Amino acid sequence: MTSLEKVEELLEQGKITRRRFLAQASALGVGAALSPMLFGGKAQAAAPKRGGRLRLGLAGGSTTDSLDPATITDMMVQVINQGQIRNNLVEIDADIRPVPELAESWEPSKDAMQWVFKLRKGVEFHNGKTLDADDVIYSINHHRGKDTKSGAKGIVEAIKDIKKDGKHTVIFTLSGGNADFPFILSDYHLSISPAGSNFLDGVGTGGYILKDFEPGVRAFAVRNPNYFKSDRAWFDEVEIIGIADVNARTNALKTGQIDVMNRCELKTVLLLKRIKGIQVMQQNGFKHYTFAMRCDTAPYDKNDLRLALKYAVDREQMVKTILRGYGEVGNDHPIGSANRYHAAELEQRRYDPDKASFHLKKAGVGNITFDLSAAEAAFVGAVDAAVLYKESAARAGITINVVREPNDGYWSNVWMKKPWCAVYWGGRPTEDMMFSTAYAADADWNDTFWKNERFNELLVAARAELDEKKRRQMYVEMQSLVRDDGGVVVPMFVADLAAASDKIAHGKLGVNWELDGMRCSERWWFV
Amino acid sequence: MSPLITLVLKRVGLGVLTLWVISVLIFVGVELLPGDLAEEILGQNATPETVAAFRRELKLDLPPHARYLAWLGGLTEGDLGNSLANGRPIAELIGWRFANTLFLAASTAVVAVPISIFLGILAALYRNSLFDRLISMATLSTISFPDFFVAYILIALLSVQLLLFPSVSNINPQMSLLEKLYAIVLPCLTLTLVVVAHMMRQTRAAIINILSSPFIEMAHLKGLRRARVVVRHAFPNALSPVINVVALNLAYLVAGVVIVEVVFAYPGMGQLLVDSVTKRDIPVVQASGLIFAATYVTLNLLADVFSIISNPRLRAPR
Amino acid sequence: MAFLQLLRESPISARIGVAMILFNILASIFAPLVAPYGETEIVGDVWAPMSAANWLGTDQVGRDMLTRLLYGARNTIAIAFATTLLSFSVGIVFGFLAATLKGWVDQVLSRVVDIMMAFPTLVFALMVLSVVGTSIPTLILVIALLDSTRVYRLSRAVAMDIEVMEFVEAARLRGERIWWLMRHEILPNAMPPLVAEFGLRFCFVFLFIAALSFLGLGIQPPTADWGSMVRENAGAITFGIFVPLWPAAAIAFLTIGVNLVVDWFLHLASGLKDYE
Repeated sequence: MTSLEKVEELLEQGKITRRRFLAQASALGVGAALSPMLFGGKAQAAAPKRGGRLRLGLAGGSTTDSLDPATITDMMVQVINQGQIRNNLVEIDADIRPVPELAESWEPSKDAMQWVFKLRKGVEFHNGKTLDADDVIYSINHHRGKDTKSGAKGIVEAIKDIKKDGKHTVIFTLSGGNADFPFILSDYHLSISPAGSNFLDGVGTGGYILKDFEPGVRAFAVRNPNYFKSDRAWFDEVEIIGIADVNARTNALKTGQIDVMNRCELKTVLLLKRIKGIQVMQQNGFKHYTFAMRCDTAPYDKNDLRLALKYAVDREQMVKTILRGYGEVGNDHPIGSANRYHAAELEQRRYDPDKASFHLKKAGVGNITFDLSAAEAAFVGAVDAAVLYKESAARAGITINVVREPNDGYWSNVWMKKPWCAVYWGGRPTEDMMFSTAYAADADWNDTFWKNERFNELLVAARAELDEKKRRQMYVEMQSLVRDDGGVVVPMFVADLAAASDKIAHGKLGVNWELDGMRCSERWWFV
Repeated sequence: MSPLITLVLKRVGLGVLTLWVISVLIFVGVELLPGDLAEEILGQNATPETVAAFRRELKLDLPPHARYLAWLGGLTEGDLGNSLANGRPIAELIGWRFANTLFLAASTAVVAVPISIFLGILAALYRNSLFDRLISMATLSTISFPDFFVAYILIALLSVQLLLFPSVSNINPQMSLLEKLYAIVLPCLTLTLVVVAHMMRQTRAAIINILSSPFIEMAHLKGLRRARVVVRHAFPNALSPVINVVALNLAYLVAGVVIVEVVFAYPGMGQLLVDSVTKRDIPVVQASGLIFAATYVTLNLLADVFSIISNPRLRAPR
Repeated sequence: MAFLQLLRESPISARIGVAMILFNILASIFAPLVAPYGETEIVGDVWAPMSAANWLGTDQVGRDMLTRLLYGARNTIAIAFATTLLSFSVGIVFGFLAATLKGWVDQVLSRVVDIMMAFPTLVFALMVLSVVGTSIPTLILVIALLDSTRVYRLSRAVAMDIEVMEFVEAARLRGERIWWLMRHEILPNAMPPLVAEFGLRFCFVFLFIAALSFLGLGIQPPTADWGSMVRENAGAITFGIFVPLWPAAAIAFLTIGVNLVVDWFLHLASGLKDYE
């Protein structure tokens, strides 16, 4: 057993922390590329080979798309940003662990308040500039401060200070301890561009150089000959075609005009699977659909009432009809089975009309109608899901009135405004990110307006806790708090479905984002 | 000056006025829509501070009339401005998309207009014959099918089954004219099926309407052949409604094909307009809306001019 | 009954057309009685083939196609008729006014219509429906408003042609009032192209609803309507499943029925007595 394998085994058994593992791995002088464990374990196909033009037909492109990482909104630009033109300091591997990318290694202080990142040396941007600490600081600061318009502002708020220490070291000082800080730096907004550059130029360190970009329509990139990863970016060229209509994507794949499509249509995916030469890829990730109740608004301020509504939803039926089986039932907390600290030991909440009416009576709100706001903009099938909810609740004597809201402006006018509404959550790779984004008492997106003292104490404590075991305990307790006291009904976790020609090969798929953690362009290859 | 030229000049003046009113209406319309660009782009990620910063940067925090006047000022200097969402110059954003839209519309018109007028004349000539009924049924059936469904059927047959034509028409500037034409066969065919029925039926109706006029009976009495009467005497007099219907359909081909664009992933103006409306990118909505409107106004003017030329009785002043 | 008398003398095609329309109207009235299942009831597998239990198979969530078609007739025919009647009343009145009064009335009306037509219809509907919200009444009003601009243009053009004819001039010299002119001189002579347009516009309402549902607006599920039914099942056709053809065929059936009758009226109006 090599030293590396030994450390890996210790990590697997939870005998050392990831922090120590990575510190030791770096100490062993092992780059991420050498550790199979960091790259999805056993290879699923023969050795990758170079060449070919990858043609991606993607949903999630708009003519209003921008290359600025601050305002990246959807899949087409995300795939360009991640795995094509830019890199982050940290990458999330297929097993949802942070591995070095532009950073070579990192080391937290004891209280996890200060993080020292050593940068990889000799990495070149597409414009010939060599990567150094200034680029990192410039790129991260783009999302900080009072004038930023970045969607990532919330997640970098905890960074109190960034400074460099020589050309290749960056020191982050946080306002509170955070053991998961490397995960934050893997966020797709926080990709690295050269200092002083205009982010719209699309210059990065990535495996492909962007040659042509027509927002929402087409993007074309060629392989970067100087890419610092020798075992990635196998294709000579990558072309992205924006195809918004799912039938058009499916047809283009069937007729061989594209090699890969994302977001398969649930109702036709079974038919697609039967077609020869096409593989369907399912990723069970963090995405989940919720019905958020505002705990600060009557009658949802009564926990018994919340419990009544939680028991009144038939999760199995929703997964079956809304997701057509491509997903998993939720347990009224946002941590899915793909997360590290998923509390499998918590009992799965089931549809129980008796318990529902018991809690309804106990809440003592009398016979009232609950308005449930939904729109397709919340998630695909949200209105149908709300109707199913209404029907299952009716059997428990609970009257739900489904309010169909307009798609346009759903996130500004309905979400966090109406007392009970359907919500989509892309999920987060760590428990802390998920909880601090949407469940912490003072979070901007605390869409249930839930303020639980114990939960908020645990959140801060767990964030800074470097001991895996203690950390796990805390997160399990937090999941049960959300489940039994929180304002959220989480009926289902939804899988990502993509399809590709069987000429495409790939390793274990990273489930943190669609298309292998958005990195299909650099991780996949042609057989 | 001939009355026709006076009319044209008057109409051009009115057209400019129309466009100005439209630009105001579009502006007000987008303002009325819930939310603004900052909120739509940031979506679920929006926080009050980032939305405020976004608005400051794009000057969305200025009062609406100030923003409108700034836009109008730029326009009079020939500057369409930049997209709010991605900072690209709008002229560049719209340029090739509008060319693509015109390309598809023109290709379709070249096929569809002669076919429909020809079929319309034939149907009028042999009205109530089996041919007339068959063509009537066929065209009615094709227009009963929504355009995206016609497209899917064509794709299923000609693309998925027979692999004759591409199912996605993602043309790009590097392609040659021939490649482009090959790529747009299916959308062109779809649109032809959609517009032929309408134009053909109106042509037929207009001609049949004229056939009852006294001067046609006169022609019959003079012993002229039926076909000659229809083509030489009835058709020219039925031109006015036919021209109007053709103009309407041409306008539709330019401005109304957003769904066909989506189904074939064709990079035209329709998708741009829908995207910028959903994201509230006002200057782009303005520019593309005005281009559509200008096309429509021009086509209308042409239709009226041709109607007048074709109908001597309308030419004389009352 | 003048209509029955007329029908007795009508050609066979017109009788077929009337029968087709009647069939649809009866189906829509008696949908709850004759439909084998409930409107939104899930009765089987997704896209099940035709069988004794589901004569026309099932749709994309496993509802009975025949049932959905019957209810769809009920929900959509009424909407289509209401919309078309409304748009024609508005369009014809203003179109004729513009053609007979000319001058500033014509200018103002035509400019207003120009403005409305100049903006792409679907995007216009998208914006208006986003502001006022999608419900069946707003849908009828919005589509009728948009369609009336087309009707206006057509009626104005036709009326302009008629207006210059001698008999109108004669009536005008007799001192007839504008409404009388419009009703007794222009309308009868403008009928043929308008009736032909009616047949098409009627069918376009279904299509417009289908197009709106393509953009995520339109009639809200689970209410059955033919346009949205085509939309929801359309993708299946490329997998060789013919389910979406049923609602499309239903639209075609009704369209052909309406237009057969329209053709008959056209023929009557044209005064040509040359059918076999």
